[in-house]
Amino acid sequence: MEPACQEWSPGPVDLDRLDRVLAEHAGGGGSLIPVLQHAQDAYGYLPRVVIERIARALGVSPAQVFGVATFYAQFRLKPVGKHVIRVCHGTACHVAGAEKISEAFSRELCVPDGETTPDRLFTLESVACVGCCSLAPVAMVGGETFGRLDGPRVGKVVKDFRKREGA
Amino acid sequence: MSEAVKTKILVGLGACGIAAGAQKTLASLEEGLAARGLVAELGPAGCMGMCYREPLVEVRRPGQPGVVYMELTADRVPRLLDEVVRDGRRIDEWVARGEGLTGAEDSFFAKQHRIVLRNCGRLDPERIEEYLAQGGYQALGKALRTLTPAAVIEEIKLSGLRGRGGAGFPTGTKWSFAAAQKSAEKYIICNADEGDPGAFMDRSVLESDPHAVLEGMLIAGYAIGATHGYIYCRAEYPIAIKRLRIAIRQAEAGGFIGERILGTDFSFHVVIKEGAGAFVCGEETALMASIEGRRGMPRLRPPFPAVEGLWRKPTNINNVETFANVPWILQNGGAAYAALGTAKSKGTKVFALAGKVNRGGLVEVPMGATIREVVMDIGGGIRNGRRFKAVQMGGPSGGCIPAELADTPIDYESLNQTGAIMGSGGMLVLDDTTCMVDVARFFLDFTQKESCGKCTFCRVGTKRMLEILERITHGHGREGDIALLEELAATIKRGSLCGLGQTAPNPVLTTIRYFRAEYEAHIREHRCPARSCRALIAYTVLADKCTGCQVCARACPVHAISGEKKGLHSIDLARCTRCGLCFDKCRFEAIEIT
Repeated sequence: MEPACQEWSPGPVDLDRLDRVLAEHAGGGGSLIPVLQHAQDAYGYLPRVVIERIARALGVSPAQVFGVATFYAQFRLKPVGKHVIRVCHGTACHVAGAEKISEAFSRELCVPDGETTPDRLFTLESVACVGCCSLAPVAMVGGETFGRLDGPRVGKVVKDFRKREGA
Repeated sequence: MSEAVKTKILVGLGACGIAAGAQKTLASLEEGLAARGLVAELGPAGCMGMCYREPLVEVRRPGQPGVVYMELTADRVPRLLDEVVRDGRRIDEWVARGEGLTGAEDSFFAKQHRIVLRNCGRLDPERIEEYLAQGGYQALGKALRTLTPAAVIEEIKLSGLRGRGGAGFPTGTKWSFAAAQKSAEKYIICNADEGDPGAFMDRSVLESDPHAVLEGMLIAGYAIGATHGYIYCRAEYPIAIKRLRIAIRQAEAGGFIGERILGTDFSFHVVIKEGAGAFVCGEETALMASIEGRRGMPRLRPPFPAVEGLWRKPTNINNVETFANVPWILQNGGAAYAALGTAKSKGTKVFALAGKVNRGGLVEVPMGATIREVVMDIGGGIRNGRRFKAVQMGGPSGGCIPAELADTPIDYESLNQTGAIMGSGGMLVLDDTTCMVDVARFFLDFTQKESCGKCTFCRVGTKRMLEILERITHGHGREGDIALLEELAATIKRGSLCGLGQTAPNPVLTTIRYFRAEYEAHIREHRCPARSCRALIAYTVLADKCTGCQVCARACPVHAISGEKKGLHSIDLARCTRCGLCFDKCRFEAIEIT
């Protein structure tokens, strides 16, 4: 499939930040996952060079680090947009029409589920359950929760965020 | 001004409250108090249970019982401050509940019995003083000073408490296994990896009463002879993690966690491990692999964790709700706990009630209450006056219980007989607009994605089952598909190592058992009786209701709707993607699903 926009390049990765993460969290049993979590906090995702450096620092193979990073849903190997939109697909949201909410976001943003808009403002994701079942169907934009959504409200949410960003 | 004469205002700041705007309520209360020169103690509280009425604010005037006000969004704050806090009156139409009052939500609580949720929404979870004031950490003191570890285990056995994570293994017996092991190092793990979609019991308890869980872990640690505890909590629960961190710090400062606790020889340390998003990590051996920094894949048992667990040391794992019961049991006695419930299922159970029910929220009922009592009496019946069709219990490992069996008592054995399970406490209410084949497909889609891939039957089998369910919901089902699903289900159950695979077929098996006709309608007549499956429905315009306002035509993303202004509109079904936007947009109910 032809990508809708020019591939965005993350630029050079500043590894000093990773060294600080390693200094604080490496060592002791079971430190790989906390290290990956803090590295992702620092970079927003896990760049390849970061994975390789973590493997060296912890004395394990890059394959093992990669294996863990791809096993858990929390870790991303690609950078995300400024606002991550997480559409809840928990059971309550599903029976309340979560699929249509994802579609509506996809339509408003012109990107498929899992992708980031060309202006790097939004990344659209589906998540298993955000636990606000009584507000179903729900989506979170960053830390903000929007409940009882429907197609028209989705359009409004996206417009409001675009307005805030002056886009 | 002393504490006793100050008005206290509690804002429910659980995740549901925050989602409904409770932070804004808190901020405007703060501003409003300052602007009016009013003095009051303003603080956060945990989850009050009435998710459907959030944001909730409790006002406790000096010398008076608290009154809980509902739907207290920021715009309602000025009136609350003026009339209630300043003038000391009551706003009756906003009262959810209050002691000695008739509140709108009294019936939500009438049949509940709160043990696990005893402090939820009643205290500030970020202040240990409030937990102590409710008798917190007294059970720990009693255990350490007056009971031997064996006596603690006996008390838990006497209570009849069974694992609240879903499997229902007797907790006291589990503790005795780990206690019997001779090892200098043992571990307690609190499983807070609440992964079932639609379940938020543990999150609410952690957010609202973290010290109760810590106290339960400490007592368990003393009982089995452990020195370290881990709380494995989903990273998706940031508020719970934050409050746990604060609680651990405060408990350490108070001498409840650390070396030589309360001046005794018992030492215990607690660490939080953040899960990274894998449903299978709710399984105990996968969870331990994850704490050790590996991919969370289950392993064969035995050896059971009690013999060889975390770091190959004896380990006892219980879930959040189980631990939260423990301090109450030690304080009030195992017999008091066992007095509640049925012959084999003692005490209470917390449920996250959600779906097509009027009052969704966090509820706690004595074991033996019926499904009907929870859905109808506590939940207030089905939304929009629709027909009660089924409840889904136990999430992806559970099943659908039809409305005809709503008088089934909630206990482990009775629920197992229906083909569903008690599970961790997700209770999703379904009405006649919910397609049962689609519900089964939804759960299979979930387990198929979350299968760790170790066992072929689970990895490939769930995928094949999903494909069959997808073709049925798309109208391409074949004769024999139901039998094929049943055959696959049986082999996946037999051929899987852990609970994920062994229970994955349950949502399909129970819907086939109780709603076979619905499967057959999809397969033979290409019809979805609930009018939910998109491939099998159509949207049409009702001529007598359409006003020709053109809203739907403008909204349609694929330009499938045409019509002159003030003229009857029509939908081009060849172009229509069944997105439902026209249905949502139409203010005249002129769009019909057929």
